[in-house]
Amino acid sequence: MSAREALVAAAKDRILIFDGAFGTQIQDRKLSEEEFAGTLGLNADQKGNNDILALTRPDVIADITRAYLDAGSDVISTNTFSANRISQADYAAEDQVAAINIASGKIARALADEYEGKDGRPRFVAGAIGPTNKTLSLSPDVEDPGFREISFDDLVAVYKEQAAALVEGGVDFILIETVFDTLNAKAGVMAIKQLETELDRDVPIMMSMTLTDLSGRNLSGHTVEAFWYAVRHANPVTIGLNCSFGADQLRPHVQVLSRIADTLLMAYPNAGLPNELGEYDELPDTTAGLVKEWAEKGQVNILGGCCGSSPAHIKAIANAVSDTAPRAIPEPETAMRLSGLEAFVVAA
Amino acid sequence: MTQNNTARFINIGERTNVTGSARFKKLIMADDYAAAVEVARQQVENGAQVIDVNMDEGLLDAEYAMTTFLKLIAAEPDIARVPVMVDSSKWDVIEAGLKCVSGKPIVNSISMKEGEEAFLDQARKCMAYGAAVVVMAFDETGQADTKARKIEICKRAYDLLVAEGFPPEDIIFDPNVFAVATGIEEHDRYGLDFIEAVREIKAQCPHAKTSGGLSNLSFSFRGNETVRRAMHSVFLYHAIPSGLDMAIVNAGQLDVYDAIDPKLRDACEDVILMRTPAGAGEGGDTATERLIALAESFKGKSKEDDKQAAEWRGWDVTRRLEHALVKGIDAHVVEDTEEARAALNEAGGRPIEVIEGPLMDGMNVVGDLFGSGKMFLPQVVKSARVMKKAVAHLIPYIEAEKNLLPEAERKAKGKVIMATVKGDVHDIGKNIVGVVLQCNGYDVIDMGVMVPWQDILKSANDNNADMIGLSGLITPSLDEMVTVAEEMQRAEMTMPLLIGGATTSKVHTALKIDPNYEGPVIHVLDASRAVGVASRLLSDTQRDEFVGGVAQEYVQVRDARAGKAEKQLMTIEEARANYYDAYLSDKPAPPLQPGVHVYDDWSLEDLSEYIDWTPFFRAWELHGNYPAILDDDVVGESARSLKADADAMLEQIIEEKWLTARGVCGLWPCARDGDDVTIHRVNREEHVRLPFLRQQIKKSRDRANMCLADFIDPDGDWIGGFAVGIHGIDEHSARFQADKDDYSDILLKALADRFAEAFAERLHKHVRTDLWGYAPGEQLTNKALIKEEYRGIRPAPGYPACPDHSLKPALFELLDAETNVGLSLTESFAMWPTAAVSGFYFGHPESQYFGVAKVGRDQLEDYAQRRDVDIKLAERWLRPNLS
Repeated sequence: MSAREALVAAAKDRILIFDGAFGTQIQDRKLSEEEFAGTLGLNADQKGNNDILALTRPDVIADITRAYLDAGSDVISTNTFSANRISQADYAAEDQVAAINIASGKIARALADEYEGKDGRPRFVAGAIGPTNKTLSLSPDVEDPGFREISFDDLVAVYKEQAAALVEGGVDFILIETVFDTLNAKAGVMAIKQLETELDRDVPIMMSMTLTDLSGRNLSGHTVEAFWYAVRHANPVTIGLNCSFGADQLRPHVQVLSRIADTLLMAYPNAGLPNELGEYDELPDTTAGLVKEWAEKGQVNILGGCCGSSPAHIKAIANAVSDTAPRAIPEPETAMRLSGLEAFVVAA
Repeated sequence: MTQNNTARFINIGERTNVTGSARFKKLIMADDYAAAVEVARQQVENGAQVIDVNMDEGLLDAEYAMTTFLKLIAAEPDIARVPVMVDSSKWDVIEAGLKCVSGKPIVNSISMKEGEEAFLDQARKCMAYGAAVVVMAFDETGQADTKARKIEICKRAYDLLVAEGFPPEDIIFDPNVFAVATGIEEHDRYGLDFIEAVREIKAQCPHAKTSGGLSNLSFSFRGNETVRRAMHSVFLYHAIPSGLDMAIVNAGQLDVYDAIDPKLRDACEDVILMRTPAGAGEGGDTATERLIALAESFKGKSKEDDKQAAEWRGWDVTRRLEHALVKGIDAHVVEDTEEARAALNEAGGRPIEVIEGPLMDGMNVVGDLFGSGKMFLPQVVKSARVMKKAVAHLIPYIEAEKNLLPEAERKAKGKVIMATVKGDVHDIGKNIVGVVLQCNGYDVIDMGVMVPWQDILKSANDNNADMIGLSGLITPSLDEMVTVAEEMQRAEMTMPLLIGGATTSKVHTALKIDPNYEGPVIHVLDASRAVGVASRLLSDTQRDEFVGGVAQEYVQVRDARAGKAEKQLMTIEEARANYYDAYLSDKPAPPLQPGVHVYDDWSLEDLSEYIDWTPFFRAWELHGNYPAILDDDVVGESARSLKADADAMLEQIIEEKWLTARGVCGLWPCARDGDDVTIHRVNREEHVRLPFLRQQIKKSRDRANMCLADFIDPDGDWIGGFAVGIHGIDEHSARFQADKDDYSDILLKALADRFAEAFAERLHKHVRTDLWGYAPGEQLTNKALIKEEYRGIRPAPGYPACPDHSLKPALFELLDAETNVGLSLTESFAMWPTAAVSGFYFGHPESQYFGVAKVGRDQLEDYAQRRDVDIKLAERWLRPNLS
C-alpha cells in the first residue's frame, strides 16, 4: 500500500491527529547561541535558526516530535518550515539546506517507525515546506506594482531542492503549508511534479492555506474556494487551512472548504489569537472544544495545531475527537472550476 | 454578489486583446500600461466573466508584454477577481504568462497543428500549471472547415487528452467561426456547420466545453455595426442551445434577440442557418444578397416612437402619475415624472418631493386598493414597475442634490435584506414579496439567489438593516435557513428574521428555526402578509406585543408536538410487514420502446394545451380553480386581466421561440429488493439502486404502510424516469430586469414553470401511450389529466411519496440529464434551469401517491446503510421527515 493509500485508509475510520508547533517548543528550551551553531562553523549567528537544530541539536527536535507522538499524533511533520535556500540565506546557511532536510526527515521517520512498531497504528511523516518570505504575486515596491522579487522558475528550483532532500530523508508526503501566496503554492506543485518525473515515483502532496483576513482570503487575495480550484491539479492527499487565526475565526472557512474539497481535509489552527504580549495563551481545552465543533459537524479528517500549540493542546484535541466520525469526502459534480481571486464555476 | 459565482454562458471579454481591440493595441504599443490596466478594469466592471489577454502583434515583444500586463493586473483586486485567459499563438508566450497567473486560468490555445507529440507535450504542461485549455479544431492538414472535420478533429483531440489524464471538464473546443455572407458559395455553410458541430462535439466529448470567436462571422459587414451586432446575436441565439458554452465577444456589442428589427433578424437567420428566404428565386436573390441589400438601410437607423397618447394624457401631471400607477401603465411615466420634477424645480421644490408627493400619493391609492382587496397582486406588481421607473429617473437628481444639501429627509419605513438561501435558485416568491414591500415604502436590498449566510449577515450589518427575509422553495433550503438562524445567533444579532417560501411553514419555523435564534423569527405565509408583519415589527407601540404573541404561538406549536411525535411510529420491521400488497400479476407489460429517449425541442404550442392554470393563479396569490376563477366575484377581474397578459406573453413565447423545452425519459428493467428498487441497464454491469422510504405512522387495521417499492415486482418489472426543463428564460429575464419590469419577469418565470409541468404531463402521456405503451388507447381531456385519472404515477424526488431530494443525482445519472437536456443540480439538489420537473414512472395500476411523513430513527439508520452514506448526511437529507 502506498503512503497515500495508507493515509486515506487510516482516515476512513477516525479523525487523525497531526502535530503542533515546533517554534514555541524550541523557544521554551532557551537554547544558547552555541547550541544553535554547533560545530558547523558557519559565518553567521545561528540563534533563531530553528531548522538547523536537526544538525546541531537533533535530540531537541526528536524530543519535541516524541512529545507529539505521545500526545497522540498520527501524522508528524519535519521541523523544516524555513529549511529552504531563501530563508537560510538569512543565516548564511544555504549550503546546509540539503543536510538539514535529510536529517530532519530521518529523525521524523525513525520516530514514526518506532511508534508504529510499538502499537501497530500507522504513523506518517509530512515533510514541511514553508512559503519562503518571497511572494510571486505581489510587488514589495509600492511604486512599481509590476516588480517581483523572485521568478516562478527560481522559486520552483528552491522548492525542488528542499523537497528532494526531504524525500531522501524518508518522508511520506510533502506538506506545502502556510500558503499565503497561491502562485507560490503553484510553483511548489510544479517543483513536486518535476521531482516526480526525475525520481520516477509518486510524491504525494499535502497542502495548507493560511488566511490573512477574517473575510477568508490569503495574502495574494484568493478566497478559500478560489484557492482550492487553483491548486486542485496537485491532486493533494490533504487540503486544508493552518495558522491564520484561532479556531474560532477559522470556523466558517473550514466549513466552506469542507463542502467543496474532494480530498481529505486537514486543519491546524493557531492556539487562539496572540495576546498583547504576542503570546498564545489559549488553553488546550479551549482549542480542543472549538475544533471538536468542526469534527462533530463532519468537517475535518485530520486535526492539529499551529503557532502556540503544544503537546498538551494536541492531546486535548485527540481526546476530544476520539469518538467522532471523520468527515465524509464529498463528490462534487464534474464542472469546469476556474478562479481569479474568486471562484468561477462553469455550469455543466 | 454571491461568493459562489456559477455561470451558464460566458462572455469572454476581448478588449484586452491586441488583435481584437485597436485601442488596447495602441496603448500597449505606446507602453502605456496604466491606461491598458484601466481597459481591463472597465471590462470586468461591464460584466466580463473571464478576460482574454492577447499580445500577439508582430512589433511587440509579446512575452514581455504578456508578463508585464499580467503582473500589473494581479495587483488590482477589481480585475484579478476574475479568471484570465492566456491567449497566444506562441507557446512560449503562453508559458511565460502561466508563470504569472495565480488562480486557475484558461490557455488559449493549443492544437494538433504540429502533430500529436507537440500537442500532448503542451497539454501536459497545462496540467502541471493547473490550467484549463482551449483546443482549436486544427490538425496536421489544417484548420477544420466542414462540420465533419470539426467533429473528427475535436473527438481525436479529446480522446488523446483524456487518455493522457487531462480532466475532460477542463477542455474547451473552438471549432472555428468563419465569415459567412462573403459571396463565396462554399462559405454559406460555415455558420450552420459550426452550430451543428458544437452539438455533436458536446455529445461525443462528455464534460468538454465549446467556445468561439464571434468577430470573424460578420467580417463581410465591417463598418456596419447594426448588422454585425444582429448577426452575432442571432448566431449566439442559435449556437447556445446547441451547446456553445462561451464566446469571445464584446459583450457591450450584443443586441437582445427580440429587440432586433424582425426583418434584419430574419435576414441574418437566413444567412446563418442557410435557409432559403421566402420568395427567393425571383430575381435570383440569395440569403446573402438579401442581407447585403438590407444592410444598406440599417446604417444608423433608430427606433420608432410609441403609440399615440390616449385620453388621460390630457390630464394634469399629478393625476396622470396616479393613473399610471394604479393602472400599471409605464409608457409615459418617465416623461411625466420629468414634467413633475421640472415644475417643482421651477417652484423652488426638490426632486425628492416628486416621490413624496404625487408618486407616494399614487402608491398609497394602490396600497389602499390592495389592502381593501380591490386590487390584486399582479396589478400591484405592475404598479411597482411604474414606480421603479419613475424613481430611477429621479435618482440622479436626488444624488446630485445630496452634495448640496444636508442629509435628505426622506426616510424609508425600514430596510429589509432579502435573499434566496444558498443551494436554492427559486425567486418568484421572493421577488413578489420584495415588490410588495417596496410599494409600501420599504427599502429592499435583494441579494438574489444562492446567497451564502456569510453574505446575508454581512449585508445586514453593512446596511444596518431592520430585518432579514429568507426565501426558499426546496426542502434542503429549510436546513440552510436553520444555518442562517444559528449564525445570526452566533453573531449575536437581534434583528427580526422573516421566513417565507413554498416549503416553509409555521410548524417548521416554530420547531426548527425559532429555537436557534433569540431574536424574533416570524413565518410569513404569503406576500400579502409581508407588509403587516414588517410594519408591526418596526412599530414602537405594536412590536413587543406582536413579537411576544408570535413567540408564544411557536412555544405552543412546540409543546403540541412534543411527546406526540415518536410514539405513534411503528418500528420499520412492523411497517414492512404491513406493506402494500399489490396484485403483481397486473403489472404492465415490458415497454414497447425501452431505454432512454431525448427530446431536444418539444413544441411549445403542443405543451400550451397541457397547461394547468390553477397553480399559475396561485403563484400570484389569486386563489380558486381555473376556469371558475375568471368569473369569481372578488378576484375575477384581476384573474382575467392576468390571464390576458399571460396569453399574450404565451403567444409571444411560442411565436418568437423564447424558450426551449428539453426533456428526457427512460424505461429500464428493474426488480424490487426490500424497500429498494434495483435498475438493470443494458450493457452495464452494476445496477443502480434506488432506496425508497416507507410510511411508519401507525395505520388503522386495513391500511398499508406504503413504500414506492411496493408497486414493483421482486421477480422482475419495469420502472421509468424523466427530467424536463424549460431553457432560455435568462436572456429575457435579464431584459425585463434591466427594464425594471418585475411584472413581466415574474410572469415569464411563472409561465416557464407551467410549461415545465405541462411538459411533464405531456411526456408522461407519451410514455403511457407510446413508449411504454401500456395504455395505447388512452383518451383523456386536459381536465382529466390534471385530476390524474390515468394509470400509473410519476412521483418526484423531494415530494411526499419520495421525500429525499438526494435521489435526484441517481435519476439524473440514469437519464444523463446534464448531457442530454442540459439540466443540472445545485448542491442542495435544486434543478437548473429552475423551470424543471423530474421524477420516476411507476406503471402498476394500483400505484398511487401517498405521503411518507415521519420516519423513525430505525429507518433513518437503515436508510443510511442502504444509501451507503454517513448517518449525519442521511439525517440532513431526511431532516424534514424526522421528528
